[in-house]
Amino acid sequence: MGRGKWFQRGDHNDARKREKMAENLWLKCPRCNEIQFAKDVERNLRTCTRCEYHFRLRALDRVEITVDEGSFEEFDANLYSCNPLDFPGYADKVKRAQEETGLTDAVLCGFARIENFPVVLSVADFEFLGGSMGSVVGEKLVRAMERSLQKRLPLVLFTANGGGARMFEGLLSLMQMAKTSAALARMQENGVPFLVVLTDPTMAGVYASYASLGDVILAEPGALIGFAGRRVGNQDMGMKLPEDFQTSEFQFRCGQVDRIVPRREMRNTLALLLSFFEEEAAANAAKSA
Amino acid sequence: MLQNLLEFEKPIAELDALIEELKRTAADPDRLAEAKASNIDFEKEIAGIEARREQVMRDVFANLTPWNRVQMARHPQRPYTLDYIRLITENFVELHGDRINADDPAIVGGTARFMGRPVMVIGHQKGRDLKERQMRNFGSARPAGFRKALRLMQMADRFKKPILCFVDTPAAEANLMAEEEGISRAIAWNLEQMFHLRVPVVAAVIGEGGSGGALGIAVGDRVLMLEHAIYSVIPPESCAAILSEFGRDRSRAPEAAAALKITAQHACQFGAADEVLPEPPGGAHRNPAAAASLLQTALHKHLSELETLSPDQLREARYQRYRRLGQWLDPQAMVENASRKAGKTKPETI
Repeated sequence: MGRGKWFQRGDHNDARKREKMAENLWLKCPRCNEIQFAKDVERNLRTCTRCEYHFRLRALDRVEITVDEGSFEEFDANLYSCNPLDFPGYADKVKRAQEETGLTDAVLCGFARIENFPVVLSVADFEFLGGSMGSVVGEKLVRAMERSLQKRLPLVLFTANGGGARMFEGLLSLMQMAKTSAALARMQENGVPFLVVLTDPTMAGVYASYASLGDVILAEPGALIGFAGRRVGNQDMGMKLPEDFQTSEFQFRCGQVDRIVPRREMRNTLALLLSFFEEEAAANAAKSA
Repeated sequence: MLQNLLEFEKPIAELDALIEELKRTAADPDRLAEAKASNIDFEKEIAGIEARREQVMRDVFANLTPWNRVQMARHPQRPYTLDYIRLITENFVELHGDRINADDPAIVGGTARFMGRPVMVIGHQKGRDLKERQMRNFGSARPAGFRKALRLMQMADRFKKPILCFVDTPAAEANLMAEEEGISRAIAWNLEQMFHLRVPVVAAVIGEGGSGGALGIAVGDRVLMLEHAIYSVIPPESCAAILSEFGRDRSRAPEAAAALKITAQHACQFGAADEVLPEPPGGAHRNPAAAASLLQTALHKHLSELETLSPDQLREARYQRYRRLGQWLDPQAMVENASRKAGKTKPETI
């Protein structure tokens, strides 16, 4: 009787709550299977304490570990997606994503400083509809690029756009590829630096537009980076795919990425690169002032 | 006779066959005499059936589903880039190669004369028979194709010649080799570099406007759509394969096609295209010469307009054309707008 009671103690809700707490408390590395304290992983910039596997980062966390403390000033936070195609279920998806992420859409843009270098920063959040680019993402990025150009500040952009162009907005999403490229062409023409950091995952319409157009392109190790997702493409038709197909390492090997940079070195690497552009930026700033 | 009929084309094809049969009979003097004896007027009969065919054609094409439009855009008899180049330009000299390591037959290009002026023409090219289809990779370009296209555009730019682009691709190639050769960068680089061009660029989607593979040569000052062409962010099959709404089932592509709003009319509505060019009754493949002539007139009109602009004006207009694409809600701007012109609170949908 006593044993039965012990098992019955607490209802299902409690059990589920405990499970969830345990889930939050512990993390299992998908690569090396090491089970570790979530807090240790957090402290380790969300990388595995044993094998350095890079867990995905939410946009705000990325901002926090990248910029000088308190230096991020977000702009254009209040642009909202509408449903131009009346695509079935899209409005609900956006609403749910907004509730779950606390974001208005899939990128954050703002002014920031990295090791004292002033920059325009843009960070994508994969949790918001796969980080996909619809009209809002395109518009926010272009506004960030135009601010970069106007203030002659380098643009530092973190991708995490596994969803590519957001198909729920159809052709309008495809057009964001051209729209962002247009703004980048102006930056290029005016010598305003553009630094891209590819993070897990970056695919399709985003990788085939602004994410491939950085003056410098860095990547986090082990990120999924490629053109067509496996459910879409016919990559394996008649060809055996290499094990690292569509990863940072694969893209590096193919000459598409300048450097693979571990998360703990990212801030420093960005600062070193920014120092290369600094003179230029300072001169430009003087010119435009 | 048309081959490879689509299901909805069959009633039209039956009447076509009937007309042909009657004409053949009428051409036979013996049968003609026979018919005259029994008071049958062939010409009248044929005219009657032709009128019926016109009616049937109008009915069929007034009721095409989005999926039918996809089928039309992919019609195996549809005129392709080289057909249009042959029909509406003179002195075409095809130029090959990306000057790195390859020539991609899925994109063709070269110098030509169009309505009296030298132009650079570039377009995706599908194949007509199985052998050519394979050779052309079904019109799916590899990085070498996009690089060749850009090389030719930049040459046109250097020598101040306008550029005509014909768009007709299911999508860019996505296999291992394409990925190794940097397909994403190749497309992205074209998008960016096309904004630097100082000469007029007019793009016409003549068949399939397949996502990035299409856009990679279609950043135009004007973008025209043939009536039965489509333009889509993703092939309907892939969309259906990805979304749970369609059960992740490729075979539900027709539903995805409807949801994606991929018709020429939609492309204009969204501002991605500027004009829909009506095709001859039954579609371009029933009368390629007439379709080509319509295309020629429109291309000439737009090119002539653009030729009056200076290089700087052209580039500024091209920037603004793409800059305004997109639809979103900006509550703050709405409030500001409302206070500025009291009473008007229409959401900003540009």
